[in-house]
Amino acid sequence: MTARVALVGNPNSGKTALFNALTGSRQKVANYAGVTVERKEGTIVTPGGRTLAVLDLPGTYSLRARSPDEEVTRDAVLGRLAGEDSPDVLVCVADATNLRLVLRLILELKAVGRPMVLALNMYDIAQRQGLRIDVDGLAGELGCPIVTTVATRRRGIDELLSKVDELAARSRFAPAGGWTPPDAAQVRLAHREAQRLLKTYVKPPERPDTLTGRVDAVLLHPVLGLAILFALLFTMFQAVFTWAGPAQDLIEASFTALGELARAALPAGLFRSFLIDGAISGVGSVLVFLPQILVLFLFILLLEDFGYMARAAFLMDRIMGGAGLHGRAFIPLLSSFACAIPGIMSARVIDNKRDRLTTILVAPLMTCSARIPVYALIISAFIPERAVWGMFNLQGLVMFGLYAAGILSALAVSLVIRKVFWRGAVDPFLMELPAYKIPDPANVARNLLQRVMIFVTRAGRIIFPLMIAVWLLCTFPGPPPGAAGPAIDYSFAGMLGHALQPLLAPIGFNWQMTVALIPGFAAREVAVAALGTVYAVADPGADGATLASLLSRQWSFAAGLAFLAWYIFAPQCASTIAVVRRETNSWRWPIVMLAYMTALAYLAAFIVYQTAHALGG
Amino acid sequence: MNDPSASTSAEADFGAVAVLPLGEMRVGQAGVIVEVTAQAPGGDQNLSAEELHQRLLEFGFVEGAHVAVLHEGAIRRDPIAVKLDDMRVGVRRRDARGVTVLLDKPRP
Repeated sequence: MTARVALVGNPNSGKTALFNALTGSRQKVANYAGVTVERKEGTIVTPGGRTLAVLDLPGTYSLRARSPDEEVTRDAVLGRLAGEDSPDVLVCVADATNLRLVLRLILELKAVGRPMVLALNMYDIAQRQGLRIDVDGLAGELGCPIVTTVATRRRGIDELLSKVDELAARSRFAPAGGWTPPDAAQVRLAHREAQRLLKTYVKPPERPDTLTGRVDAVLLHPVLGLAILFALLFTMFQAVFTWAGPAQDLIEASFTALGELARAALPAGLFRSFLIDGAISGVGSVLVFLPQILVLFLFILLLEDFGYMARAAFLMDRIMGGAGLHGRAFIPLLSSFACAIPGIMSARVIDNKRDRLTTILVAPLMTCSARIPVYALIISAFIPERAVWGMFNLQGLVMFGLYAAGILSALAVSLVIRKVFWRGAVDPFLMELPAYKIPDPANVARNLLQRVMIFVTRAGRIIFPLMIAVWLLCTFPGPPPGAAGPAIDYSFAGMLGHALQPLLAPIGFNWQMTVALIPGFAAREVAVAALGTVYAVADPGADGATLASLLSRQWSFAAGLAFLAWYIFAPQCASTIAVVRRETNSWRWPIVMLAYMTALAYLAAFIVYQTAHALGG
Repeated sequence: MNDPSASTSAEADFGAVAVLPLGEMRVGQAGVIVEVTAQAPGGDQNLSAEELHQRLLEFGFVEGAHVAVLHEGAIRRDPIAVKLDDMRVGVRRRDARGVTVLLDKPRP
C-alpha cells in the first residue's frame, strides 16, 4: 500500500529541510524565497508499514498561482497535473515563528478537501523566543492534527509519520472539496480569521528575535549595505584565487607525477601517448579547478542559508531596475556565477514572462565556473603575479575585471532588450525578508558535496569522452614519414583549425586556439584540456613546462587578451542552450542567445586584439 | 514617481492624525493600514491594478495590519523594507501607493 504525500508551505518554512529529514534525499535547502523549483520526490516506509511517496512542492503564499513555480504547487495539490492524482495527504509546513501567512494558506488548503497535517517547523527557535502556541486548541479549531518539528535536528519526524499514516488510512473516505481562486474580499476575510486564530492560540514571544533587526540596520543601510555587498562579492573572487591555490598546486603536481610514472613504465607508442596526453592530462587539467569551484559554491551556499540573498535582491532592485531587470533576477544571476543552468532554471521564481525571458537571455553572460579554468590559464600565462597597492594581487584584479565585464554586459544587454524590444515597466517587487539563521554546517557540507559530485561526474561523462575525441582528432592521420612540421599539423584537428582560422584571424586566434573552441562547445572548460592536448601533442619536447608558460611563449600578448575577451561572452555551452530550449519551450530563444553572444564575443575579441596589437602587444 | 519628502509638511498640518500612502512614508514612520485599493502600478501594461491589489492582500497588506518603515534603498529611497505585523517585507514605493496608512502619534 502506497500513499502519496505532498509538502506545501510558505517559502522559508524549512519545507525542503523537512523533506530531507523525511526521505533522506540529498537536496538543496536554502533561505531564499522560492529556491525549490524542481519537482522533488522521495519515498519512505512508515513505522506502520505503509510506503509514502513524498512530493516536495515549491513554496507559495496562495494557491492562486502567479509564477510557473506556484502553478506546479497549485496543480499538484488539486490533482490537475497530467497523469497524477491529487495527493492522499497534505503536509502543510509552517515556520512556527511566522504563522500569519501560513494560517491563511491553511484556510485555502482546507477548501481542497484532502486530509491534512500541519507541521510546526523550527519549533526550537519558537521555544527559544518564548513563543507559546496552544497546539491542541489550534488543532481543534483548524480541524487538522498538528505536529511540532525541528527538521534540521530530525525532531518530531516519527510523530509526523505516524500522523500521516493515520490520515492515509482514512483518506479514501475524505469528502471531496472544491477550491476556487479567492477574490479580494475573501482574502481579507481569511486574514481576519488568521488574525483571530493568532490572538486566541498564540502568545507573542517573550524574547522576540532582535538580531535580525540589528543586523539589517547594517546590511540594509543604503550606503553601508551596498558597500558590504560589493565588498562581499570582491572578497569572494579574491578568495577563489588565494584559498584554492595550494590545493590546485597539489592536484597539478599529482597529475604531472602520474604522467611521469606512466612514461617511465610504458614503452613509447600510441597507447602511451593516449594515456599521458589524452587521458591523464585531460582529466588533470579539468580537476585542477575543483578547489576554486568549491570556494565559490561555499560562499553562495552560506549566503543563501544565512538569509542574505533576499537582502541582496532588495539592495540591488533599483540598480538592476535601472537596467530593466527585476530585483528577483539577482538570485538567478548570482547562481549563474556558478553555472548558468541552475541560474536559468531558478528564473522560474520571476512571475512576469518578459522579466523572466530577459533574465534567461542575459544569465549566460555571468561568469560561470566553467570559464574559471580558461580565465585562470590565460591569466597565469599572460598576467604577471605581483601585488598592486600593496594588498591586491594583479591576477585577482584582472579576474575581478573579467567578472565585472560580464556583469556590465549583462546589464547593457538587458537594458537594450527592455528599452528597445519590450517597453513597459517591470513586475511589482514584493519580497519577504526572512529572519537570519545560522547556516546548518551539515546542510552546507551536504550541498557542497552534491555540487562537487555534479562537477566531477560532468567532467567524467561529458569532458572525458571529448578529451579522447580531441586526442583522436589531433593524432590521426599521423604525419607522413620524413615530415618536417609537428605531427598535429597533419591531423584532422590541424585541418579543421587551419580551415576556420582565416575567419578568426582578425581577432588574433591562431589555429590551435580555433581547434580548442570546437570541443569547447560541449563545455567551456574543455577548451583548457583541448589546448593542453593540442600543445602536448604538437610539441613532445615541452613535457616539463606547464601549459601556461608554454602558451605565454606561443601566443602574442594581444592574442591572449583577445582570447579572454572572447570568453567573457563565449556562447559555447551545449547544456545551456538545451536548458533555454526547455525553459522557453521554443528554439527561438536559444538561437537568439547563440547569435547575439557569438556576435558580442567576436566584436569584443576584435576590438581587444586590434587595440592591443596597435599598442605593440 | 512621487517625492516622498513633499508630503511631510502636509502630514504635520494634521498634527496627531495623519494619513499617508505607504509608498510615501519615511523611515521611522509607523501606523495602521486603513485602506488597500486597486492602484495601477506606474505605467505598466502587463499587470492590472486588480492583480497588484490581490498580491498586496495576499502578502498581508490588509486593513488593520501594523506597518513600520525600517529601511530605504540607496537610489531615490527605493525600495522600502517594512515591518508588516510580525514579518519583514521588501516592496517598491510605486507598488505600495494603494496602501493607505493612519500614522501613529509621534512620540514626544
